[in-house]
Order: sequence, then C-alpha cells, then structure tokens
Amino acid sequence: MSVLEIKNLHVNVETDQGTREILRGVDLVINEGEIHAIMGPNGSGKSTLAYTIAGHPKYTVVEGEILLDGENVLEMSVDERARAGLFLAMQYPVEIPGVTVTNFLRTAKTAIDGEAPSVRHWVKDVRTAMGNLKMDSAFAERNVNEGFSGGEKKRNEILQLELLKPKFAVLDETDSGLDVDALKIVSEGVNRAKENTGLGILLITHYTRILRYIKPDFVHVFVAGKIAEQGGPELADRLEDEGYDRYQVAETASAE
Amino acid sequence: MTVATQSTAMPTAGQHGLVAHSDGPVVPVQTRSERFRSVEVADFAPVTGREHEWKLSPVAAFADLTSGELDGARLGLETSGAEGVAVEWIARDDARIGTAGTPEERASANAWTNFGEALLVRVTGEDDKIATVTRTGLGATPRAAHTVIEAAPNSRGLVVLGGTGSARLSENVEVIVGEGANLTVVSVQEWDDDAVHLASHFARIGRDAKLKHIVVSLGGKVVRVNPSTHLAEQGGDVEALGLYFSDAGQHLEQQVYVHHDAPNTRSRVTYKGALQGEGARSVWIGDVLIGNAAVGTDSYEQNRNLVLSDGTRADSIPNLEIETGDIAGAGHASATGRFDDEQLFYLMARGITEEEARRLVVRGFLTEIVQQIGVAELEERLTAALEAELQGA
Ligand SMILES: Nc1ncnc2c1ncn2[C@@H]1O[C@H](COP(=O)(O)OP(=O)(O)O)[C@@H](O)[C@H]1O
Ligand SMILES: [Mg+2]
Repeated sequence: MSVLEIKNLHVNVETDQGTREILRGVDLVINEGEIHAIMGPNGSGKSTLAYTIAGHPKYTVVEGEILLDGENVLEMSVDERARAGLFLAMQYPVEIPGVTVTNFLRTAKTAIDGEAPSVRHWVKDVRTAMGNLKMDSAFAERNVNEGFSGGEKKRNEILQLELLKPKFAVLDETDSGLDVDALKIVSEGVNRAKENTGLGILLITHYTRILRYIKPDFVHVFVAGKIAEQGGPELADRLEDEGYDRYQVAETASAE
Repeated sequence: MTVATQSTAMPTAGQHGLVAHSDGPVVPVQTRSERFRSVEVADFAPVTGREHEWKLSPVAAFADLTSGELDGARLGLETSGAEGVAVEWIARDDARIGTAGTPEERASANAWTNFGEALLVRVTGEDDKIATVTRTGLGATPRAAHTVIEAAPNSRGLVVLGGTGSARLSENVEVIVGEGANLTVVSVQEWDDDAVHLASHFARIGRDAKLKHIVVSLGGKVVRVNPSTHLAEQGGDVEALGLYFSDAGQHLEQQVYVHHDAPNTRSRVTYKGALQGEGARSVWIGDVLIGNAAVGTDSYEQNRNLVLSDGTRADSIPNLEIETGDIAGAGHASATGRFDDEQLFYLMARGITEEEARRLVVRGFLTEIVQQIGVAELEERLTAALEAELQGA
C-alpha cells in the first residue's frame, strides 16, 4: 500500500522583488487508490504545491517534508522523483522542439522502467492509449507539444499518465481550457489509469465541473498557501454554490 | 521585389520553444547579382569589418587571410578514393578553373590570387561511389587553396572534403556539375580549436543536374563556409544543407547564395545549428535570387538554431529577391529556439536524466541533416562528434 505524505510544507519562491512565502504549512496524506481534489482561487498556491512535489528548481522548501512510502522525496532530483513513481500533469505543458512524441514516450518509459519496453507491446500500447484519448496517430510523429492546441496538450499529458503508470499523479488544472467533449475524454483517461493501476491522485482544479467526471474521495479547499477546510465530495457542491469568498474574507480578517 | 528578414537571437529567460521570425521587418538589401566580383585581391579594398559581407564576422581574427601573403603550395591530404573518382593536381591555367564562379570578397580573392596548383576531384561513371579528401596538418602558416570538383555528364558520386588539425586557410572550391549528373559534396570542418578556415564554394549546375551540398562545421575557432550555387541551366536542382555546433568562443558562419538563372530550377536550403557556451556564435545568411529567366522556380530556404545555454548569439538572415512573377513557389523561414530550464524540467519530470534530456533534444534537432549525408560511417562519426560536443568535450 503506497502512501504520499506532505507534512507542514512551507515553500518560498524567489521573485524579482525578493523572497515570497507561498505555501504556509500544508498537510496532506494520499493513499494509493484515493482521489483528493484540491480546490482554490487563482494565486492560492496550487501550482506551487504541484511543482514542489515534482521538484521544480524555482521553489524552495523551507520547512516540512514530503515522503513517498517513507522515503524523503525532497532529497531526490526531478528525474528520481519520476522514477520513484510521482507524476505531474502540468497546467502549461512545455514544447520540446526536435523531439517527437514517439521518441519522447519511449525514452521516458525506458527511464521509468529501467529497461526498454518490448517493441511489440509498446507500439500497441501507445496506439491503443492514443486511440482511447481520440488523438490522431499523426501526433506520434509531431514534436512534443509543438503547435498543439491547449486541449491536445492536456490529452498528451494524460497519454503519458496512462503509459508511464505512476503510483501518484498530480493533475494541475488538467480541466482548464477544455471544452466538454475534451473534458470527458481526459476524465475517462484519468479514471482508466486509476482502474488499471490503482494510483493515488491529487486533482488540482479551480472549477467544480471536472468533479462530475472524476469523483473525489476527499475535497480540500486551498486558500492563501494552506488548506482552509476539508471534507468529502459534498464540500465541492458547497463551493459550487458559494464560491471561495467565504474563505478569503476569513483569511483577510485573520491577517489583520 | 526584395524581401529580407533578420533575426538576432540573444536568448532571454522567457524564450520558450521555437520562435518564428518569418514575418520580420522588410529591409532592402543590395541586389545580390550586382555585387562586385574579381579574382584579383588588389581589386578589393582592405577589409574593415563594416562591409555587408564581413559585418558579422570577427575580421580581426584573420587579417592575415584577407590581406596577408598566403602560401599557395599543395596542401597535405589524406585521400580515400573510389573507382571513377580521380584526384590530381592541375595547373592554374586549366580551362575548368573559373568556370563555376568568381570571388565576391577579399579573402576569397586573396586565395585565388595566391594558390599554386588546384586540386581536381573528377567524378565519372553512373555507379554510386564515395571518395574522401581530408586536408590535414596545415599548421599555423596562412594558406591559399583551390579545389575543383567536377562531375562528368550523367555521372553519380559523393565527395567528402574534410579538414582536421590546425589551419589558417582561405580557399575556393569550384563544383562543376555536368548535364544530368547527380553529385553530393559534403564539406566537413573538424578543425582543431585554434583553426581559422574561410571558404567560398561556387557551384554551377548543368541542365537537369542535381547537387546535394552539405556543410558540417564542428571544430575551429572561426569557420566561414559560403556556398554559392548558380542554377545556370534548365531543370537544375540544388539541395543545400548545413549543420553546425558552436561552442564557447567559436564563430561558425555560412552565407548561402542560390541564383536561379534558368527555367524550372529548384532549390532547398536547410541549415540547422546548435549553440552552447559563453561566446558561442553562429551566422547564417541565406540569399536567394530568382532572376528574370528563372520561370517556374521552386525555392525554399530555412535556418533553425537551437540555443542550449546563456551567452550565445545566433544571427539568421534570409533574403529573397525575385525578378520574375512566373514562379512555382518561393519561401523562407528562420527561427531560433532555446532549450531552456522549463524544457529540461519537463523531460526530467518524466524520469529522463539531465544528460539524456539534452542529448534527446539536440539529436532530434540535428538528425534531420545528419541523415541526409548518405555515408553511414560518416553519419555515425558525426553523431558521436555531436554527442562529444554536447558533453563539452
Ligand atoms: N515562479 C514564480 N515566480 C514568482 N511568483 C510566483 C511564482 N510561482 C508562483 N508565484 C506566485 O505565487 C502565488 C501562487 O501561485 P500559483 O502556485 O501558481 O497559484 P495557483 O496555481 O493556485 O493559481 C501567486 O501569487 C504567484 O504569482
Ligand atoms: Mg495554477
């Protein structure tokens, strides 16, 4: 039984105006097979949490721990974290000129598994996964994310999720900018990955609409760099009706 | 009509992926066909570095080649021949010399004025064959050289012209492609770190003939290889390819000129370069002139640069000059993209090590050209050389 634990996480970012504290004590435990939704207003630090878990060099952990099955994730390099079973579907996937999707997927799979996948199965797996995500096979020969539309980039992230089979996936606003059809396709991909591998999911979102397709076990409301409230799926319904204002008012009041 | 675009990329942190510069400002350029030409060095004024053909080059680094006395003796060669490829020295007054082109700048004219004998590489016969001529051991003496590569009518062949070791060399290479011939010329610069090499290639393409011309510049302090192609007869075709990897303190330059001067000619120019390290520098200027006789011309030129670190500079300037309205197509593209920390993070977040990530990107970017060379052994050697460059070796 795998578990990802985040304990009292404080994170700073260096900006032109100096150091800024963004995460202010985040506690979260995700077990294998669980879906945790993190919901919060823009600028509350959701992507910072996602990037920090993945090890982006811009974010400095000043206090706290991240443990994967008891192992100290913060001591691992970005690629070591991925090989240990962590996956981040990015809010803004990066274009990689000169590297085709096919080449990229094979290289990543080989790195994660520690050995090259068997050619026959791999080609079939990629084709099936692309078909499931309604990605034209022509994408395989295009450069990673280069010239992809927003929706195509998100599908490409979920394609990687399905093929790389991590233990835990952080999905950073995978729903943003998707039309309903694309949202359904992407959600089905996430649900399929969970069914097939039993991974744990940290689903970061600004809106509740993706929760119609991906059912969370837990919902955390994220405000001003920490979790302001947590509950079950019913909390999402309340946010749908009331928005984040209630929390932000409370935050402002407590800051005074 | 003259269209010129210019891009000078000094990468910034915010630059992601490939940025197209194809819609840049239109700057009038001097009509290429009206440029001054002469084989006599004295006909050119001393080089100041302000001339349009020198303004992006470190002229002070090779004043000996533009204005000094050059040693015109035979160069040291290593050749590996093939049946149907003859390699010999010919006299200055050989009728072939001067038939493919005339110098347009002073280093080229200085070499022309000073060379003793010319090296002739003559390709005959319709079978495919490969010959290699490597210039080596040239030392610190400023030298002049002249080479004629001649493909007999309907012949086929591939000639690799290489350079290794140290050198201070200014040279002209004439490429005469006979009617119906199919010739590939690969110029591979793998000089030592201190070498300076200035080369002008002049190709004349006969009727229905095809030239594939590939410039690979990896080693040398300053390497400037300027290939001009005169599509002089109908149905001529040139594919001009280039590949360069500029590292710290290196200046790699290529001024590519294609003159469409007959009906139904075709050109494709594709140059790709990577830059890594403080002071790594590349210059690509691509001039295409479609003359009024060149109806039915089909032309496309592009240059792409991949910037791997801070402190580099890539100049990329396509110019297109069209004197006839009746063409099949003409286009150009120029882009300089940066392999930045976000790309590195993305690849590493998928389990790929940093070293592998860089290799993946650079190999992917440059392979398109490497694969065009057509000599398996050379392709493998260049792939290995590129990976060594990446590791800063
Ligand atoms: N790399 C960065 N440089 C400067 N400021 C940043 C950086 N990353 C995040 N921030 C700031 O931290 C805050 C939280 O950002 P982010 O984690 O992206 O929030 P969210 O994903 O919830 O919208 C914002 O105020 C943002 O401007
Ligand atoms: Mg965000």
